[in-house]
Amino acid sequence: MAENIGILFQWLVFLGMAFTSIVASLFLITRKNPIHSALLLVLNFLCVAVIYLLLQSQFIAVIQVIVYAGAIVMLVVFVIMLLDLEEELRSGLRLLYSKVFGVGLAGLFLVAIVYSVAASSLTGKRGPYTPDKLQANVKAVGEVLFTDYLFPFEIVSILIVAAIVGAVVLSKKKSR
Amino acid sequence: MTIPEVPPVLYLVLSGILFTIGVIGALTRRNALVVFMCIELMLNAVNLTFITFSRFLQSLDGVLFAFFVMAVAAAEAAVGLAIFVLVYRSRGTINVDEVNLLKW
Repeated sequence: MAENIGILFQWLVFLGMAFTSIVASLFLITRKNPIHSALLLVLNFLCVAVIYLLLQSQFIAVIQVIVYAGAIVMLVVFVIMLLDLEEELRSGLRLLYSKVFGVGLAGLFLVAIVYSVAASSLTGKRGPYTPDKLQANVKAVGEVLFTDYLFPFEIVSILIVAAIVGAVVLSKKKSR
Repeated sequence: MTIPEVPPVLYLVLSGILFTIGVIGALTRRNALVVFMCIELMLNAVNLTFITFSRFLQSLDGVLFAFFVMAVAAAEAAVGLAIFVLVYRSRGTINVDEVNLLKW
């Protein structure tokens, strides 16, 4: 009985978070004001972080909140405030046909995804990380990251340094 | 009677729905910042797929991939937003329809 209540709770959290994230992303793509879009993006990221917790990846959930909902959206909001974006409001409903066409294609794409997901089952060799082992999530992730994935990790650090230098060089005023 | 766990199919369908909403936004919006946010939404949906497979196939590789996707998304945000600021400075707009200097 006790585990039944736990699983029921899981279902409730999953359905609530799925509904909220879908509604938030629908509003994200329809609001005119980009600030509203950015805040709805934060809501969507937080909902997905809770779903990561349901999937027992606490590490990725925390990183999601810190990096996505914290840093990236903060940058976006900062740039929105830096730019004067009034002219976006009048861009209105030009190119209606291309929009309808694009939405139709995206809908077909969704049908293809749902079909391919529902028609196949999860096969493949199971790895050694059972849910019990994932209780110490950060430790397990760190072990894999610094052994099997050490080289990609170093490459990513170089990439991030390049991005920092690039951003500074790009946004520097030309001095003469 | 026992209730079954949330099946992986539902997580994958949720990820597909979020990805499709991101595609629709990226195709229909004209503001480059909103297009950028839709791209972040799509990256996030892909991360959800990675984590789902990682959980149900009991492997950590998906978690590591999601980690790298996040790192690349952070780098992309830094450089991309700097480019938006530059485009706005030189052309006075970031409407993707009006930034057509490379169009023949």
